[in-house]
Amino acid sequence: MAITLTPPRPGRRPADRRHRGAGRWIVLLLVGAAALAMLVPFAFMLLNAFKSPGDYSTNGPMSWPGEFYTTGLRTYWEQVDFPVKLWNSILISGSVAVLAVVVSLLSAYALGIGRIRGRLWIIGLFLLANMLPQEALIYPLYHFAKEAGLYNTRLAVIIIFTVIQAAFGTYLLASVLGTFPRTLLEAAALDGAGRWRILWRVVLPNVRPTISVLLVFFFIWTWNEFLIPLVMLIDNQTQTVPVALASLQGDRLMDAPTTNAGALISLLPAILFFLIFQRTLSRGITAGADK
Amino acid sequence: MASLDRVVAPATTAAKTSAGRRRRSRSDAGYWLYLLPGAVLFLLVIGGPLLYTGYLSLTKWSGVGDPTFIGLDNYRELLTDDVFWTSFKNTVAMIIAMVVLPTLLGLVLAAALFDTIGRRFRPRTAAALRAAFYLPQVLPVVVAGIVWGWILRPDGALNGLLDAVGLGALGHDWLGDPNTALPAVMAVMIWVQLGYPVVVFMAALERVNPELYEAAEIDGAGWFRRFRAITLPQIRPETFVVGLTCTIAAMKVFGPIFALTRGGPENATNVPSYFAYYTFFKRLQVGYGSAISMVLTLIIVVVAVLFIRAQNRAERRDGVL
Repeated sequence: MAITLTPPRPGRRPADRRHRGAGRWIVLLLVGAAALAMLVPFAFMLLNAFKSPGDYSTNGPMSWPGEFYTTGLRTYWEQVDFPVKLWNSILISGSVAVLAVVVSLLSAYALGIGRIRGRLWIIGLFLLANMLPQEALIYPLYHFAKEAGLYNTRLAVIIIFTVIQAAFGTYLLASVLGTFPRTLLEAAALDGAGRWRILWRVVLPNVRPTISVLLVFFFIWTWNEFLIPLVMLIDNQTQTVPVALASLQGDRLMDAPTTNAGALISLLPAILFFLIFQRTLSRGITAGADK
Repeated sequence: MASLDRVVAPATTAAKTSAGRRRRSRSDAGYWLYLLPGAVLFLLVIGGPLLYTGYLSLTKWSGVGDPTFIGLDNYRELLTDDVFWTSFKNTVAMIIAMVVLPTLLGLVLAAALFDTIGRRFRPRTAAALRAAFYLPQVLPVVVAGIVWGWILRPDGALNGLLDAVGLGALGHDWLGDPNTALPAVMAVMIWVQLGYPVVVFMAALERVNPELYEAAEIDGAGWFRRFRAITLPQIRPETFVVGLTCTIAAMKVFGPIFALTRGGPENATNVPSYFAYYTFFKRLQVGYGSAISMVLTLIIVVVAVLFIRAQNRAERRDGVL
């Protein structure tokens, strides 16, 4: 069990009123057991990613690997051309994150600062766009992309997700900018700054924390998207990491150890990204709450 | 879908309170320019396609040639389509697995982590446990589907585990048997979803004044009374947000179904999203698939509006606004 996060041992602080009682140990035991149960699938995956198919079929999923077998990992890596998939995912998610933030900021500037007429309806419309099932858009998008020669291109997916993520970003940023201190804007206007300058010199620096949260969220959400990339990206040169993994499923190649190896390789980037941006993410989760 | 962990800020309330506060004297014409890129892209990628799907739902079309207009025939056919009704019945199961149970369990876990473990042990203990619950949320949901698909296979880890503890007789093709496929998918979805409410509720509890708990404790209130009288009312806004975002995610769920069962066996785990995808791209009935999508869209919009209205009513009753 390699991935298990064993809870750090409770501190040996001097026992005060708050650290007495046996009840707290029972609670810790129960919650700790539940947390361990959450990690069991990861442990299974690690255990079986390094087995040879022969070892798996004779000894089953519960045995310790007989040898440190990495051919499964290598097969998967080569078979799906993993570096290409990784690059596709990074390119698509990265472009979407940046473009969607720019579009959100421009729209939110008009809605939150400009307070243009009908903005509640417009914000509602954007919010709706974010809630729609993607099935309600997919066929026309698929059809138009084919007509426009964008089918099976990463550009098509980038454009689509820029709009879908920007719909959410506009909603969030417009609410943040709705409470922007007017005195700051008026002071800048008195100094002769135009709207364009005010946006980049006054507004942007003040919402930078929200923007960084949005960048991280857009990146992860786009990385994990499935339906639209599945429909739009059909060949090896354009597919993303999740689509590549799913389209191999049912293939002869996917014996149990290779399944586990593929899953392991595919989730590593996500976990890495999560570890790097954990603070930003938890800030994002609270961002909505303390407004 | 990834949107399941979307965090929604209460923009409507913020926008509303500032709405009539100040009549702008300067013309706002110049600001329209900034909305232009967003609006054009929106019409191109969302507005236009949605309307087109609405139109296609009134036609018979295989995707090539010209669509034939047939009025409401697709919708009439849906009413008597068993698969369609099964898929919506399964949506209820998904709401139980992705909203009801994770929210209830998440409430208890977050309260236990925050109120007992966070305050009686080191904060790091609570943070490490929270990370364990959140971990499934960060991996692509398809990867989760593939791993669980293997775990639940006849030669997968669950049967191996049962063998190892001497319960091999219970071994089973969990996803292959129509009787166990849906419960198995539900269990996977609980595992995927649980971390989201735990993290949101713990963040919410952090803004509750700790003196409330201390005062209650000195007054002799037990854990359950503190939970009911302080925790629940204090984090109600977050409960609404979690409820709304997870309900929408449950109604749209696609990736896990695709990876785990592709709707089978015998439609036991089919859901509207997968049914629509299958109708579009496998059965090549674009009109019929569009009708399924439009019904799903309509239901989602109605549910979202009901949620937001219920939230506004609750806030007004509490005098928060």
